[in-house]
Amino acid sequence: MLLIPCPWCGPRAQIEFTYGGDADVRRPKDAMAATGAAWHDYVYLRDNPRGSHDEIWQHSAGCRRWLRLTRDTLTHAIIDSAPPTKEPPS
Amino acid sequence: MSQPFRIAAGGRIERDRTLSFTFDGRALTGCAGDTLASALLANGVHLVGRSFKYHRPRGIYSAGPEEPNAMVALGPTDTHTPNLRATEIELFDGLQAHSQNRWPSLARDVRAVVDRAAPLVPAGFYYKTFMWPADRWMTYEKHIRHAAGLGLASTGVDAAATYDRRFAHCDVLVVGGGAAGLTAALTAARAGARVIVADERPTWGGSLTAAPTTLDGADSRLWIASTLAELTERDNVTLLPRASVFGRYDQDLYGIAVRRPDGSPNDAAPRETLWLVRTQRAVVAAGAIERPLVFANNDRPGVMLAGAAQAYLNRYAVMPGRRAVIATNNDSAYAAARDLQAAGVDIAAIVDARVEPARITIDGVRHIPGSAVVAARGHSRVTGAAVAHLGSDGKSLDGAVEIIDCDLICASGGWSPTVHLYSHAGGKLRYDSDIAALVPRDELATLSVVGAAAGQFVLDRCFAAGAAAGRQAVAACGYGATVIDVPVCDGQAATPPRPLWHLPLARGHKGKRFVDLQADVTVDDVELAAREGYRSVEHLKRYTTLGMGTDQGKTSNINGLAILAETLNDPIDAVGTTTFRPPYTPVTLGTFAGRETGKHFAPIRRTPLHDRHEQAGAVFAPAGLWLRPHYYPRGGVDVQTASRREATAVRRSVGLVDVSTLGRIDIQGTDAAELLNRLYVNGWSTLAIGRVRYGLMLREDGMVSDDGTTARLAADHYIMTTTTANAGAVMTHIEHYLQLVWPDLDVRVASITDQWAVIAVAGPNSRATLQRVAGDIDFTNESLPFMGLAQGTFAGVPATVFRISFSGELAYEVAVPADYGPAVWDALMAAGESFDITPYGTEALGILRVEKGHFVIGAEADGRATADDLGLGRMQSTKKDFVGRRSLGRPALTAPNRKQLVGLRPVDAAAAIPAGAQIVEKPSLIGPVEMIGHVTSTAFSPEREGFIALAMIANGRARVGDQVFASSPLTDTLVQMTITNHVFIDPNGERLRA
Repeated sequence: MLLIPCPWCGPRAQIEFTYGGDADVRRPKDAMAATGAAWHDYVYLRDNPRGSHDEIWQHSAGCRRWLRLTRDTLTHAIIDSAPPTKEPPS
Repeated sequence: MSQPFRIAAGGRIERDRTLSFTFDGRALTGCAGDTLASALLANGVHLVGRSFKYHRPRGIYSAGPEEPNAMVALGPTDTHTPNLRATEIELFDGLQAHSQNRWPSLARDVRAVVDRAAPLVPAGFYYKTFMWPADRWMTYEKHIRHAAGLGLASTGVDAAATYDRRFAHCDVLVVGGGAAGLTAALTAARAGARVIVADERPTWGGSLTAAPTTLDGADSRLWIASTLAELTERDNVTLLPRASVFGRYDQDLYGIAVRRPDGSPNDAAPRETLWLVRTQRAVVAAGAIERPLVFANNDRPGVMLAGAAQAYLNRYAVMPGRRAVIATNNDSAYAAARDLQAAGVDIAAIVDARVEPARITIDGVRHIPGSAVVAARGHSRVTGAAVAHLGSDGKSLDGAVEIIDCDLICASGGWSPTVHLYSHAGGKLRYDSDIAALVPRDELATLSVVGAAAGQFVLDRCFAAGAAAGRQAVAACGYGATVIDVPVCDGQAATPPRPLWHLPLARGHKGKRFVDLQADVTVDDVELAAREGYRSVEHLKRYTTLGMGTDQGKTSNINGLAILAETLNDPIDAVGTTTFRPPYTPVTLGTFAGRETGKHFAPIRRTPLHDRHEQAGAVFAPAGLWLRPHYYPRGGVDVQTASRREATAVRRSVGLVDVSTLGRIDIQGTDAAELLNRLYVNGWSTLAIGRVRYGLMLREDGMVSDDGTTARLAADHYIMTTTTANAGAVMTHIEHYLQLVWPDLDVRVASITDQWAVIAVAGPNSRATLQRVAGDIDFTNESLPFMGLAQGTFAGVPATVFRISFSGELAYEVAVPADYGPAVWDALMAAGESFDITPYGTEALGILRVEKGHFVIGAEADGRATADDLGLGRMQSTKKDFVGRRSLGRPALTAPNRKQLVGLRPVDAAAAIPAGAQIVEKPSLIGPVEMIGHVTSTAFSPEREGFIALAMIANGRARVGDQVFASSPLTDTLVQMTITNHVFIDPNGERLRA
């Protein structure tokens, strides 16, 4: 079980969190104008990198905030934990 | 004391505390401090089990967790725990143990015939023989599983046994309480670090207790006692005896299974507790495991590891035999021979593979250098050892074979460091030819390995390494340096061992040479696997099952891979080893389950009205974590009778149902309507204050995910309802979009499900009932029309009333703060008394909604249905983006022949409709038959006086009136059906607007 540092609550056990997938999957800003390929990419395609991976997790049994966790998928080392970026989707 | 093999003095047992126990029903006695294995040996019982595949008689082979043979079922037959190692079970008064994998009895096992047929069942036999024809494997497998096996799981529940779990944190976790471990713990403790020390044995001292050892010129017991006294006294130290550190997990989390102290199943304390320990640093001082010598019939009862024989003697004062042959390739067995001789065991010979002398010499014992035991004689007990001189290559024999009579063969093939936790942490191993063993190759950041576990077999260096590791660990945690005096002791290195992975068969001798005793893998099996191309150690393991027993090959691993290396002519380093994975020792499932069993498996949610349902005699059914009334069996009737009565009451008069379990989400902010626009397929900008609207949510892939009504209470204030099952998921979904996708929206959401009690009042008399309850809400159609809401005082409490209907009847939902729920329920029951107001449960709710043709999430909307499939395509706005809209244009979502929601009625009005049936065109139960749809919900409709169903059928809306068949091969039923519209009552919605 991982020990995940919540940017708001501090280190908490993994059972308090829910995994939300790749942090860099962005919903197209104008979805209706998105190409079929771009939309398909957003809905279905996920990378499965070996090594560093930016992920979103929700502190679901805690503050309910989503956070951005950088995690090594090979060693399971947690590299960084931060609030989700506020930049608008591209 | 009738224990013929108990020595008169010595050992660490309490000899004046005699304990009674039974083994296979035979009454025996032992002493407090015994293990089951030592007590059996004290009684001269060597035959304790039958082997996995060949059903060969097996004895006690070791004195620790590595035991491959002596596995027993502990406890009464119906609640026993199987596959426990007799070498680890602490004896207690009244203990009951049974041998395993034998029938009808241990002494006469009919399946032992497999042993004589052994040339017919080599490695891979089952794969090669029984895989064809492929469909017969299921038939064969039953019999193979029955014949090959270990213990059986018990069928009963041991109500007295509890298991528990706890979490702990420390600076330094020390694994192993022997010389190196205790020294590391003391060093860290004196620096002030928070220390946890765990050892799998009930007593401390590790290998120091297996042999008489002198420390600082005195018996090692003194050092152990004084060290423990200091550790016990310190507040910063937790000592965990009987604690198997079975796994190292991510970020230095360790799993430890801690057994109850006395071993008695009648104690109220948990039988086993799972400790999950997060530590900054770990010092692994887990010792080493002795290796077997692989000679013919090396599995006969009476063949035992030399170190185990020594431990039985020194720990338990038990003589494992009267006359012993010592077979070794290293010095350690000499110490065993010395102790056995001193205790009165006749040492017939020490057979040493080495030519050069050992550092220890024993007077008056025949020493046979350069030779080896090549076979054991005897069947269910050793009667002799066949000894021959080894060629210089170790692979041939020269000279004659001599038979030496004995009842005990003490074998030592060297020692394998216990590197499992190091491997769990990702550490790699290297082969150290000086000690002929695999040892840790690298330093790890947070885990250090010391003592015998690191291949360090010289005692004084174990103490020094323990102290150094302790100092290093506390320094890493920020504590200052400490000084510790390590005891003065033996510092002389042993004569190096002669690697001896297996022994040749003597000319004219037969007999299996077991590499893995538990999995019944022989030298021939390993060689066969190599010949057949299984050249990777991982393939070898899976093909032969080497190391795949519950002991994970603790005694067999290196012998097996070294034999493979020899066969392939590769160095051992090149062959490598299989990956050690947790758990190091088997952990019973109860330990992982802890207290989360039975009704504690998951929390139970009860609505604010739960007591009222109980008083009304409700039968409850789980809905997610909730308990909801399923039906109210007035007068003890069954579910069909009760639910039909309840549904009829709603259609003819008035009923009430607890809908507090529906998810409720409070939504506030200037962008609240915009949020709803983006979440739901339909538009929300036009919803007036005081009105309610039905909404439908999709996933981004365009499939319907949830539905419910949302009410507008004020300009910037909405309350959304979700389905009961999806309440949590919808909340998470909204939070995801608000925090990550649309953080610019000015809106806040909160789950308020638990704050409200909500009662739906439904039926033609519902308005009249509500009007009889005191309050200031106007329930007339003009003031509170369909899809309207009103707020005011109701039954003396603040209430919000929504005029919405799931049943299709005139209906209202009354929401009040949770604590007022029971009072409002009572007021409604009183007001409706003359209408015979009827509480109804989820079964009647189901009938009503099937009659009305409402789909539900999970049945009709099963994650594969679009809004259009469910007949709600026109709800979808074309003027805005919403979650999932972009997917709706994908060709597959608009393809012809998609399954669509329709109704079904049996052609024979009296016929029942099989739930879950497939819809077919051909009246045949025999496949292949094309399936054009499936039944999603069925109900007996009191209103239509017959069975009705909802179904998803390809292009179904265009097929209303067609006849098809509902096919259920599982129940052998085939029913002719007519496709109908999915709404069975009041298709124009006149009732709910009345």
